[in-house]
Amino acid sequence: MRCFDVTRRSVPASLMKLYKSVILNKQIHQPPMLIEHKHTHAVNILQLFTISTAHIIRLHDRFKELDTERRGYLCPQDFGAIKGLAINPIGDRIIGAFFSPGRETVDFYTFVKILAHFRPADNIRPKESSSPEPINSRTNKLKFVFQMYDLDKDGKISRIDLLKALRGMLEMQVTEEQLDSIVDRTIQEADLDGDDAISFEEFRKSLEKVNIDHKMSIRFLR
Amino acid sequence: MAFLKNFSLFLILLVIFNTQCGAVKIEKKDDYTFKKSSTDTGSTTNTSGDGHEPAAIQTLPIVTWKWHHVETPYLVALWILTCWLCKLVCELNHKITSVIPESGVLIILGFVLGGIVWGADKAQTFKLVPVNFFYYLLPQIILDASYCMPNKLFFSNLGAILVHAVIATCWNAASVGIALWGCYEGGAMGNLDIGPLQFLLFGALLSAVDPVAVIAVFEEVHVNEVLYILVFGESLLNDGVTVVLYNVFDAFVSLGGPKINAAEIIKGIISFFVVAFGGSFLGVVFAVITSMLTRITYKVQVIEAGFIIVIGYLSYLTAEMLSLSAILSITFMGVCCQKYINANMDEKSVTTLRYTLKVMANGSETMIFIFLGVSAIDKNIWVWNTGFILLTILFIIVFRFMGCFFLNWLLNMTRLIPISFTDQLVMSYGGLRGAVAYGLAALLDEKKIPEKNLMLGTTLIIVYFTVVLQGITMKPLVQWLNVKRSTKSDLTLNGKANNRVFEHVVTAMEDICGRMGDNWWTRNWNYFEKNYVCWLLMKKDARKINDKILGAFHTLNMEDARNYVIENEATGSLGFIRNYDAANVDFKEKLAFDYQDIMPNIMADMSDYDFNIENVPVTSIIRNPIPSVSMDIHEQDMRNINGELTAHHILDQNLYQSRMHNRPAYSRSNYNTTQNPEEVQEIFQRTMRNRLESFKAAKRGVSPANKKISKHSKKDSAMKTNGKPVDPNRTHPFGDEDFEFSADSASSSEAAANFPGRRSGAGIDNPAFIHEMETSSPMRNTPQTQTGNSRLPWTSTDLKRLAPPRMTDRSTDSVMMADAPVNEKAPEKHEDKPGSHNTRL
Repeated sequence: MRCFDVTRRSVPASLMKLYKSVILNKQIHQPPMLIEHKHTHAVNILQLFTISTAHIIRLHDRFKELDTERRGYLCPQDFGAIKGLAINPIGDRIIGAFFSPGRETVDFYTFVKILAHFRPADNIRPKESSSPEPINSRTNKLKFVFQMYDLDKDGKISRIDLLKALRGMLEMQVTEEQLDSIVDRTIQEADLDGDDAISFEEFRKSLEKVNIDHKMSIRFLR
Repeated sequence: MAFLKNFSLFLILLVIFNTQCGAVKIEKKDDYTFKKSSTDTGSTTNTSGDGHEPAAIQTLPIVTWKWHHVETPYLVALWILTCWLCKLVCELNHKITSVIPESGVLIILGFVLGGIVWGADKAQTFKLVPVNFFYYLLPQIILDASYCMPNKLFFSNLGAILVHAVIATCWNAASVGIALWGCYEGGAMGNLDIGPLQFLLFGALLSAVDPVAVIAVFEEVHVNEVLYILVFGESLLNDGVTVVLYNVFDAFVSLGGPKINAAEIIKGIISFFVVAFGGSFLGVVFAVITSMLTRITYKVQVIEAGFIIVIGYLSYLTAEMLSLSAILSITFMGVCCQKYINANMDEKSVTTLRYTLKVMANGSETMIFIFLGVSAIDKNIWVWNTGFILLTILFIIVFRFMGCFFLNWLLNMTRLIPISFTDQLVMSYGGLRGAVAYGLAALLDEKKIPEKNLMLGTTLIIVYFTVVLQGITMKPLVQWLNVKRSTKSDLTLNGKANNRVFEHVVTAMEDICGRMGDNWWTRNWNYFEKNYVCWLLMKKDARKINDKILGAFHTLNMEDARNYVIENEATGSLGFIRNYDAANVDFKEKLAFDYQDIMPNIMADMSDYDFNIENVPVTSIIRNPIPSVSMDIHEQDMRNINGELTAHHILDQNLYQSRMHNRPAYSRSNYNTTQNPEEVQEIFQRTMRNRLESFKAAKRGVSPANKKISKHSKKDSAMKTNGKPVDPNRTHPFGDEDFEFSADSASSSEAAANFPGRRSGAGIDNPAFIHEMETSSPMRNTPQTQTGNSRLPWTSTDLKRLAPPRMTDRSTDSVMMADAPVNEKAPEKHEDKPGSHNTRL
């Protein structure tokens, strides 16, 4: 997350203040890492994700609410307690997406960062093209979905990956043979270089016509 | 088309018959009005019928012609039939209704019918009488709308809705009235006998916005739910407010200009609030009565649904009797009681009630629109005044836009999700005037308002203008403003699968965000509602009946965990191999498909793969009728799977639906079933199993290292104490013990858990407002009534309960993983999680 290179000057002082009052004054809930890099994070959260302060406050409330034991970070079981996810066929994969490999906790920054993927795209295009791609860009949204499939993190949706994903999403009455045939066809359809797997490029091509911004945005984060 | 022609012929015949019957009547009574003619007209026909009874009969008649005995009900029935046939006719051709909204078509058909009546009678014998409209046609429409109101959405946007319904209505009434009066004084309409008060009264009656036409359009183009509920809620409440406003101004007009002073104006304002809030309060009282009554009506299940309708109607009439707002009364009655009566009544009764209300509401809606058309063909009401009419049209549109934008601007200052510009535009444009305005105009007293007919005629023109013209342009406008919304590109397998992934991801994210937010008010209301309101208004078994499924799962999970421990001890190996399917009856119900039969269907459906709501019924129709497996068919199917088509078909049929499809809950003509309960159940089972397995897998990975005999005995005893409540539950999974069990477990872990399920779900499953309530989907309803069952294996408390007590000393046993400091055991568990996806294959 440190890779985001953002100049600090453009953040209004009032936002910084608010940010501090919202997040930094509740240091008990924040892992020390976040406090160290508070300036970067303030800039990141408010500008890079361009989420309004009202939303940050609300998300922070929600974060605290999920954090039942007031530890300042979330564990998979905190997410598991959300009932909506229990009846979501890919709920566990989504929970997994919040946790970077090898880590078992999610701090508020990462929480917001993940959710920021789902902010609708801004109508105003950034003036300078040199600015980093916003986190809610089409590519980033697609990458998020891509990693839903790519559980072994090899950058490709292999046959096995797709099989598992579809098995999870299809009703139990679909037989293995049916599933196999679907997976074969799906891969054939998108696979351009014939390696029996879907790379991200191929994945993006197969969804070229889809309005990702419309489908992958939550009203909440407008 | 030939069919259509026959139909119209039949229609004309019917109407001619009607008019001839009317002609018979017209001889006796001049300005006779149609429709469920009130009792006094009924009695006049009776007295006139009495005229020939004493006539001595010469011989015993075998049959006699008794038209006068049945005249009134017969005419009513015939007209109802005619109107409904009109609806049928305009539904026959979808090309017309896709351009002109149905209400517009009905009005136009009404013109035709009115013309025929006029041609036969040389006078308008039939027209919409305010009494009939307000007492017999309107209540069921409002009851239906309020009963089917998406409750949660409604209450979470209540502030905005109220602002629009109350302030915007007053603003519209006042501004239109004053502006018209100003223009009149300026000499724009020639010489009219209208004072400023009358203009205000006219403005008031024109401020009623009709929900029907707008909602019909919104249903077709899927607008976002906030816009939907704003317009829907506004137009529903606005009707009530308009009537109140109308009455206040009417009283002012009766009082006369000179007598009005500050005191009277203040009285008028007070009266406005008393009438509006009194009506709403009365509605709540009736809602409580209804809910309590339905606690015991299961004894007369056959007429259970009827109670709701009758009490709803009574609440309307009672409010009318107390001169409170009847519309608001029945609205709040419907909105408030829906959750409790749905829980109390049998599922069949709920379905019956829903269908009955839909039939009644649609029926009377059709009649209203037809009669709006029929009423127009009457030369008495047409007093033309170009300036007046054009200015009125101009003002209602302009002021509606101004009011809407200003109020939304105010609201946006406080709203977290601002109402977007396009939404505001659509909202302002959606201000269609309907039957309420006409009914109020017809109610005007000619003695007090000499220009009644001008006002009535103008109102009719405005209704036509808005319903037909604005109705026609509405859909293109919405589509044009939302160009980006429609995407129909999932014709590829990838597209299909990914579309579903998108939906699931977005729903999950919304769940994580706690979609509707969660604040102090909702939390406290939830608590109060759960503890007191439900206790008062819900049957005891209704409170727990919804928990069947979750209860069963809980049992299964507990059982698995228990068996695991026992097995573990018996064999000493921690490999956990269990056949879950033995425990899950539902799971074994695998359905067979006959693809040969379905093929034509798919071919027909290939054109529109947009996963619409419309697709759902098809799915369920195809899926449901074959409940058992026939191996032969199955084998054949296997051989048939070689076509692209089949793959598409399987994806279409068998991908889990996302909650996304179930959003707009109120539909005018049908009530849509939401997520298939069995499907939800299946997903839930699978999720739980995966989690349990990853839990076990984690356990399997670590435990052998610290396996000790002393631990086992402790574990066993711990499981006995902790798992004790399971036993009754296992033997009678759905018995009474179910309730006790979950209550028990809830209380046992209450201190530690602090209701994790409830808190986490507060944003989603807010029990008072949950609109999925009406969908009878057990999974959606389950969690809120009881906390005990809603605890999932992943929640730390659950694992805590599974774990022996001594674990609290931070031993290395991985059962503790949930509680232990994360950095110890956590990564291992995480890695197991993806692995668990293997297991479900």
